[in-house]
Amino acid sequence: NKDLFVLTYGALVAQLCKDYEKDEDVNQYLDKMGYGIGTRLVEDFLARSCVGRCHSYSEIIDIIAQVAFKMYLGITPSVTCNNSSKNEFSLILEKNPLVEFVEELPAGRSSLCYCNLLCGIIRGALEMVHLAADVTFLQDRLKGDSVTEIGITFLKKRDEKKYRGKK
Amino acid sequence: MAIFSVYVVNKAGGLIYQLDSYAPRAEAEKTFSYPLDLLLKLHDERVLVAFGQRDGIRVGHAVLAINGMDVNGRYTADGKEMLETDTFKLHCYQTLTGIKFVVLADPRQAGIDSLLRKIYEIYSDFALKNPFYSLEMPIRCELFDQNLKLALEVAEKAGTFGPGS
Repeated sequence: NKDLFVLTYGALVAQLCKDYEKDEDVNQYLDKMGYGIGTRLVEDFLARSCVGRCHSYSEIIDIIAQVAFKMYLGITPSVTCNNSSKNEFSLILEKNPLVEFVEELPAGRSSLCYCNLLCGIIRGALEMVHLAADVTFLQDRLKGDSVTEIGITFLKKRDEKKYRGKK
Repeated sequence: MAIFSVYVVNKAGGLIYQLDSYAPRAEAEKTFSYPLDLLLKLHDERVLVAFGQRDGIRVGHAVLAINGMDVNGRYTADGKEMLETDTFKLHCYQTLTGIKFVVLADPRQAGIDSLLRKIYEIYSDFALKNPFYSLEMPIRCELFDQNLKLALEVAEKAGTFGPGS
């Protein structure tokens, strides 16, 4: 039963809105919290899902969409690749359990990214497997767009040689 | 105990958890003449005592050597990385995030690969999900200790076996 989780998330966002006037601050805080969760959640994910080493960014995105999202949120976003150098991807969420009970953003909060926690989680998780990425909401149903779209851009890998050289 | 030690090493190479539990295995040496007073049976590639408990040899004990010659032949290569000596086998599992789990066990102990995965799960459950545990720091979580010891016991029972042991 996800209700308690969804309600807790809602209460969290509502409280952050009371604490911070600017939308950017709330967004940043959600991202930071998500980052902390992501760094821990990734080990749980790796321990339970037994996925092996990935050989391309698109493999990683597929695993995030089809295994991780399924495991933790019960949904499977679809994946698109946004550029020819294959390092920018989007996850399209048809359904988003976190916003089940949210009708619309309150007045004066039009740039609030309600689910920014998810962006932080993905960013934190990727960083723990030594992949730097920028994760943001490109489209948001709550802001009037037709779908919710999370954009993931892989930045240059750190320590690439160290982790490629596995015996 | 057939599992001697468990170590968890963080990304920077620092030891964040250590569990040492070495207890010498009970071994008995006895001279028999034909016919043997023991009933032996073959169970999963080991020769075990099925009947005829006496003098420190109990039901479930495995025959290790006959006339000084080791009975158990080859070992299966286990674990992601492994170091073997004649007194212990060192298994190491490195996760994609750079955490290393090291287990020192009896060379005859089986199932260390799944034990390493289990320890990874326990780490992700009881260390990482503890909101007050900081990553890469020494693990001082009671629940982690307890569950780890439980997992070791289960692994030992599964690895060495026989009726009544």
